This record gives sequence, structure tokens and C-alpha cells, in this order.
Amino acid sequence: MLKPEEKKDLQKIALQLRYDLVEMIGIGAAGHLGGSCSLAETIALLYFHKMNFSADRLKDPNRDRLVLSKGHAALIQYAALCEARCFPREELKRVKTLGGLLQGHPDMSIPGLEAVTGSLGQGLSISLGIALALRLNKSPARVYTIMGDGEQSEGQLWEAAMAVANFKLDNLTAFIDYNQVQATGPTKDVFNIPELDKKWSAFGWNVINAKGHDVENILEAVEKAETLKGKPSVIILETIKGKGFSFAEGNPAYHNGTFTEETYKQALKELDAVKAGL
Amino acid sequence: MEKQSLRKAYGDALVELGKQNSDIVVLEADLGKSTMSYVFKESFPDRYFEMGIAEQNMASTSAGLALTGKIPFYSTFAVFAAGRAYDQIRCSIAIPKANVRICGSSCGLSDFGDGKTHQSVEDGNIIKTLPHMIVLNPCDAVEVKKMMGFLVSYQGPAYIRINRNDLPVFTSPDGEFQLGKIYPITEGGDAVIFATGVMVSKSAEAAELLKKDGIGVQVVNVSSLKPLLKEELLKYTAGKKAIITAEEAVKIGGLGAGIASLLIGEVNLPFEQVGINDEFGTSAHGYEELLEKYGISTNHIYNAVKKALGK
Ligand SMILES: Cc1ncc(C[n+]2csc(CCOP(=O)(O)OP(=O)(O)O)c2C)c(N)n1
Repeated sequence: MLKPEEKKDLQKIALQLRYDLVEMIGIGAAGHLGGSCSLAETIALLYFHKMNFSADRLKDPNRDRLVLSKGHAALIQYAALCEARCFPREELKRVKTLGGLLQGHPDMSIPGLEAVTGSLGQGLSISLGIALALRLNKSPARVYTIMGDGEQSEGQLWEAAMAVANFKLDNLTAFIDYNQVQATGPTKDVFNIPELDKKWSAFGWNVINAKGHDVENILEAVEKAETLKGKPSVIILETIKGKGFSFAEGNPAYHNGTFTEETYKQALKELDAVKAGL
Repeated sequence: MEKQSLRKAYGDALVELGKQNSDIVVLEADLGKSTMSYVFKESFPDRYFEMGIAEQNMASTSAGLALTGKIPFYSTFAVFAAGRAYDQIRCSIAIPKANVRICGSSCGLSDFGDGKTHQSVEDGNIIKTLPHMIVLNPCDAVEVKKMMGFLVSYQGPAYIRINRNDLPVFTSPDGEFQLGKIYPITEGGDAVIFATGVMVSKSAEAAELLKKDGIGVQVVNVSSLKPLLKEELLKYTAGKKAIITAEEAVKIGGLGAGIASLLIGEVNLPFEQVGINDEFGTSAHGYEELLEKYGISTNHIYNAVKKALGK
């Protein structure tokens, strides 16, 4: 359970992450806004409430790990790591530039990142390896993995799903960002994957649903996942791609989109309105 | 000459090293009885992960283990180890320089009966092109053991190609394997053969035949396919009249091509490549038949030396 002020703090952080996204993408350059925004609350909750994580202990063997399997949403993770002071704020302005620290996709040269992702479908497998090693080491640490719903069509992911269940890894919690839009359009039109919940439970997982923009609800799901032993858990996050920006919500154009001067201003205006209400 | 199993050497080395280093873990994709990794399971069941027939997952899982301080060795047939999981090796392992050791077993044409789907004439060539990866190609069982010892302390990702068949032992158990160093096997002043893997023993046989013709050939074991060092090669070309390369792999992107690109402009000598043309393998009853068919038998090396020397 979150205390009211904790809840408000997390909402403020999620808002700040969205501001950072707008700053990082800027006017004229492209960035993965949609799939980053759908994760703002989850990322805020994990880094700033749930995970045993801090910038001064990035190599602590007992730190909790977060692997962003949908690596194209790196910007939201960069925003969080910046907020956690893993690197100076100036780096946000230099994202994706030659010589900048922040690469287009997660790279291990960036402080706080645990894996190289971006080629979809590999993150759960990497997390499986981490979870096995943590168990061998009798470490209390946990691994959190965030996948996309479009990403669910990658075959390797199901190899990993079977393997994680086979090894009964309950120190691993997976998330599916169920925003129902992938790169080229709505997931049901591009590549329909019906009954995702049944698929995962048939593969031996506990399936938990959560409202992905409600920090309290996400926390409840995560806590439930951690109490269920002997089996891994997957949390299906009901989210909106581009959440927080009216023009981007559910809009495939903002999967990897560009702000015009006009939409940029509009974006900041909409964030300011949320800020006023918090 | 005494023959020994390189696969057995791999499995035995895993067990031996596993006793000394509890960070070593082994992964396999349902071929442990063939790659011989299963012996590790018998000694260390907790540190052996049977991943099922799922090579892509095995590659990325190994990365996760390595990033959490373990030293994973994963094995399966070379064709699947290198080919099935290329992008996983690239993204999960090579880019972050994860300490994963990949064993491509039954490499080359050595799985003679199973044919083209199981023979791997390109695995080393493919993996070589990935930045950060090193590629080792031992010529005998003794070298496998030495390389395994080296791999435990080496920092970075590595690929080792292992022949399915028992091969003559050419190397000495003394000393340690050094990355990038190449090793002379025979002495001879007329030509040098840079050979790798099974082709080392074939080249030594060819050298014996050539000796009867009055031709002296120095066979050199190039067991580090990558890194391949120009200075090392130049030690053996000095004073020779011809260069021959010999490999059990397609010529495109292989050892010969790599040596040629390093020596161009440095030495001006006749150069002959013994390797597989742009073709896949095929089934056969015996390994030797295949080496003959694909132009990489002892005879082919013998002829290549003669041709290079204009004799
Ligand atoms: C293996 C691979 N294929 C294709 C891509 C290109 N790509 C990047 S994001 C994306 C769509 C992802 O959709 P989804 O998983 O639903 O992510 P979200 O909508 O939450 O951003 C694609 C096809 C990739 N990064 N990796």
C-alpha cells in the first residue's frame, strides 16, 4: 500500500519523466514517445518505490534489476535513471547524438542499465539468466522485465517463457505493456495475439492484470507477484500508448514520432495542466 | 599417431575447471551427449542448465548469467550455436562483451552422416565478423584442454569450434595457450602452410608426402581464427617461396581470405587457398570421403603446395 503522499510523489515523478521525454525528443527529431509514455507510471513505481536500487550502488550484487526488453522505450528509462542521478541532466539533451552517453537503445555503457536490448524478444531470456545466477548466489534480489505486446510475436520470448517456468523462477516478475498498438498500427490488425492471458498461464505463469497508469494498482500487482511462490508471474499492464499527450494517445504515428513546434508546445501545455492539478 | 576425442576433452575440461571455479555454469540444448557437456551435469547438477531445443533463448540466458558474474559455457552443434542465434549472440552477448563461451560442436563437415543441415561450413566465418568476439579452432584434444583453461580467465565473449571426430594429437600439453599466437608443427624451408582445425593433421600428412619429393614444408597451426595477427604470420613467411592456407570452412570470409588481406602488400609470394568453395555439405558414410569431395583432403593440400611452387 502507498501512503497518500507517496502516491502523489510517484505521480509527480511520472509527470517529470514525461517532461523529460519531451525535452529529449525535442522539435524535429524522432523518438519513441508512445511506448515510453505507456510505461511512465510503471517505471516510476519500480525505480522510486519498489526496487532495491540507487545510483551509488549500481554494481551491488544484491540490487534489483530491471531489463527493458522493449528497448525502443529506452527514453523513459533514461529519464528515470537521470532522475535517480545516475548521470548528469545535460546528457538528456545529447541523447542519440554522436559522442553522447545516451544511445538510441539501451547500452551497458550507460550507468544503471543491465542489458543490451533493442532487438526485440531477448530481454526475458537475459532476465532468466540473471534470475538463475541470483538463485545460485542465494541473493534476495529480483529481476523485473518489461515486454511489449507487439513483441509477443517473437518466438524466442516463448522459449524463455517455457524456460522460466521450467526452472520455477519466482524471483522474476515480467510485465507486458498491453497498449495494443505496435509500430505500424493496432496490434489486433498488425498481428493479432488473442488470449494473451491464457497463453501465459498455459506456459506455467501466474497472470495478474493491472491498470498500468495507476501506481497503486501496479504496486498491488507487483506485491501479489512476489508472494506467489514456485512459479513466475507476469503482470499485464493495461495502458495507453502515448499516454499523457492527447494527440499521441493510441496513435501509431507517435510510435517513433516527431514533434512539430506546435505539438511540442501542446505537449508541454498538457503536462503543465496535469502539474497544476497535482 | 594417437587419436583423441576433442569432444571428450571439452567435457573433461569443463568438469576439471568446474572443480576449481564455482562460477562456471554449463548450458546445453538437448545435445549434451554429443557435445559431451553432460559430464558436467553428473558432477555439478546445480550448475548445469538443460535449456531444451531453444538455442536463441540459451544464448541470451547465457548473457544474463555472465552479466551476473557467472562464467557460462554453452554448447550445441556449431550450425545451431552460431547460426540459429546469430542476433542473440550479437545483441545479448557481443555488444555488452558478456563473458559467454560458446562451443560450436560437430563443426565443419565432421557430422558427415547428417548432411548439409547439420554440417557447419561457415560458423567460424560468421562469428569472426562480430566485433568483440574471438574465435578459436583447436587442432586436437590437447589444444582443446589448453584453450578451455585459457577461456576461464579470459575476459570477453568467445567462440570455440570443436570437431566431432577423434583427431591425431599434434600439440604438446606443456605451456599455456596464448591468444593470437600461432604454432609451428613441422619444419621446412620451401613453403608455409597456415592450417587450422582438422586441416593441421591433414597438412602434416601432406608435408610428409612432399618431403619424399624433396620439398620442405612448414606447417603452422593457426588456432586463433580471431584475433589473427600479421606479425605472427610474418614470422613464418620469411624466407619461404609460397604460402598455402588450409581450412575446413567456406573460403569466403575464412582463414585464407583473412590471411590474404593481412599479407597483401607485405609479402609477394604465390598463394594457394585450400578450403570449401561456395557450397553446403552433403551426407556421406565417412568423413574422409567428404574432405576429398570438397577439395580439402591431404591430396588437395599436396597439390596446392606443388602448384604454388610451380612444380
Ligand atoms: C527483432 C526486432 N524486430 C523489429 C524491431 C523494430 N521495432 C521496434 S519497436 C517495434 C514495435 C514494438 O511493439 P510493442 O512491443 O507493442 O511495443 P510498444 O507498442 O509498447 O512500444 C518494432 C517492430 C526490433 N526492434 N526488433
